Amino acid sequence: MSSIGTGYDLSASQFSPDGRVFQVEYAHKAVENSGTVIGLRGKDGVVFAVEKLVTSKLYEPGANKRIFNIDKNVGMAVSGLISDARQIVETARTEAMNYRAQYGSNIPLRFLNDRVSMYMHAYTLYSAVRPFGCSVILGAYEADGPVMYMIDPSGVSYGYYGCAVGKAKQAAKTEIEKLKLSDMTCKDLVKEAARIIYLVHDELKDKQFELELSWVGADTKGVFERVPQSVFQEAEKSAKAAMEDESDSDTEDM
Amino acid sequence: MAVNSLAAYNTYGGPKSIPFVPYADNGGSVVAIAGDDYVLVASDTRLSSGFSIYTREQSKLFRLSDTTVLGCSGCWCDTLTLARILEARLQMYLHEHNKPMSTPAVAQMLCTMLYYKRFFPYYVSNVLAGLDEEGKGCVYSYDPIGYCQQTKFKASGSSGALLQPLLDNQIGYQNMENVTPEPICMEKAMAILKDTFISAAERDIYTGDSIFINIITKDGIQEEKFTLRRD
Amino acid sequence: MASVVSGSLCIPARLWQNGPSASCLFNLSDGLADQNTYFAQRSQAPITTGTSVLGITFEGGVAIAADILGSYGSLARFRNCPRIMHVNDNIILGAGGDYADYQYLKDVIEQKILEEECLDDGFSIKPKALHCWLTRVMYNRRSKFDPFWNNFIVGGLQDDEPFLGTVDKLGTAYVDRHIATGYGAYMALPLMREEVERNPIMTKDAAQKLLVKCLEVLYYRDSRSFPKVKLIFDCLMSLQSLLSTCSFSFSPYCQLFYLFLISATI
Repeated sequence: MSSIGTGYDLSASQFSPDGRVFQVEYAHKAVENSGTVIGLRGKDGVVFAVEKLVTSKLYEPGANKRIFNIDKNVGMAVSGLISDARQIVETARTEAMNYRAQYGSNIPLRFLNDRVSMYMHAYTLYSAVRPFGCSVILGAYEADGPVMYMIDPSGVSYGYYGCAVGKAKQAAKTEIEKLKLSDMTCKDLVKEAARIIYLVHDELKDKQFELELSWVGADTKGVFERVPQSVFQEAEKSAKAAMEDESDSDTEDM
Repeated sequence: MAVNSLAAYNTYGGPKSIPFVPYADNGGSVVAIAGDDYVLVASDTRLSSGFSIYTREQSKLFRLSDTTVLGCSGCWCDTLTLARILEARLQMYLHEHNKPMSTPAVAQMLCTMLYYKRFFPYYVSNVLAGLDEEGKGCVYSYDPIGYCQQTKFKASGSSGALLQPLLDNQIGYQNMENVTPEPICMEKAMAILKDTFISAAERDIYTGDSIFINIITKDGIQEEKFTLRRD
Repeated sequence: MASVVSGSLCIPARLWQNGPSASCLFNLSDGLADQNTYFAQRSQAPITTGTSVLGITFEGGVAIAADILGSYGSLARFRNCPRIMHVNDNIILGAGGDYADYQYLKDVIEQKILEEECLDDGFSIKPKALHCWLTRVMYNRRSKFDPFWNNFIVGGLQDDEPFLGTVDKLGTAYVDRHIATGYGAYMALPLMREEVERNPIMTKDAAQKLLVKCLEVLYYRDSRSFPKVKLIFDCLMSLQSLLSTCSFSFSPYCQLFYLFLISATI
């Protein structure tokens, strides 16, 4: 960011001489300050896991959730500024609703992704607005299998097998790359997702966090929902156990 | 354009074009009698349309505050709407002024609200009963488009024309010689009120089943129920 | 078209004794019906219609029943038009009258429920609230002279108490323990009132029996009825729907086979 303060970073509607749009890059920075969010797409569904950072003990547990239902079969996990993200959620819900009103069926995720991406992109074009300070992951389970997309603040989106955003996205991506995602079922993915979130969480910088886990797949009959209490507890337990093992082996090495 | 008018789609005896009438007459009667320190207001509980009785237990009284009750009869969908808007307006008044609206003020507001819909009126015959600021009983009666008049007693609704002369005679002592009208006590008012409904149920098919009576005094509102014939 | 039925005939001359007649307060419509209003004509008549809907409360629940015929005038045109819906885990809704209007409102209600689920706060709409909402929808449309041509019966459990209410195309709404619309109001309601008078605390089985009896009577005389019905219970334990094809024959002339199947338990 050598060009900070050279006057080209005040508007989303202006390029810098070397072809960058600084406002969009700053929006990416906003996302990188937020808790890690990962999405895993297996053979029979999609699993989302969120490291929701809790900045004060005074907050109610379960407040400010970061995983949302967009439609019965579509979920969205968000990273970045939560209030910006909620607007994206609202837009996505409206798009899903309009599609249903027009065509009488669920919106295919491909189309929803297009529409939400275009919406986010539109906010990178004008001087009067600022880009969204959030990245979102969309997931659904459709007739020909699970689908997942991630959209970043510039409005760019790709389909993914596994993706991660937020603070520890690099570490999370390294972990995800070790998995054979296309062979895994949702049940395994939930455990892996929980483990990865616990693993990449930085206890020194952020003391407290809440784990959020949601999924959609064949087991949920295509309905996007939070994972049941029992599955959640089991995943959390095994994630903590894995952490214990890790720290044990660390001490042995020393 | 109706489907019927296209030759290819003509279904003889098929869907008929029925002109839409936005009003219904759902019957019901309301009687209110005011005394010096109380007011009685009663409605029957029959809701009907044509020859069918929708329900036998629909009160047509709306408690607007601790001192004001509105009785409605006529088109039930308009009644529901009017009562709901009134309740909302009273709530707004309460929050704005930190006191409930007085009965005369409600009376004036109702008048304005009815006239506001002058060219698509609420088909409701209203009787507003309550205590005024001095605690005296008062009754206001309305026509559907907002004419308002304060009285001491009023019968309205499907049996209005049947009952009003009875009240004129028994309470108002009208057109009589050698009588001095005197304030009516609550017991007598109650007896007359029940008698009027019993007579109405004999002759009017839109009045019957039972009546709800609200007795408004400075101590609050009491409710009583009284059964009528159900045929 | 509209001139077949003169508008003024249908407007009640007086709404109450000695009161004003409808047409003297405002100019509604001799005009509206008779003009050649090629463009302005709103939904003035139902097209594909369903006949009566019956609703009843019993000990710990409610039940709604209706046949599944979509009539086109006197033509029995569509023979599989179920018109009772599960709204959510504790509301059921039955509809008579125009089938297209019902389907439209069904979509709207389903979207409402979906939005509510998305909010993810654990609340779901209760029967009284849905009934009240429907009242407003119907009243607002009648006020635009463009009514939804339906009779609705809303049933469900409000805080574990049975609730049964109805709304018609004007927005006329009331709550009762038993409700019947259309011809049901003339033929089924007396049967229901009689039965409830005889035994005020009704069991679920008694309610089912009574509803089937009422449907049978309606089938005898209502030419727009059909021997296939849908019957949905909403009770403390569960929502059950019986889409049926009956086990007895209604009349000696037509042997129709009916078989009650419990098709869904939510």
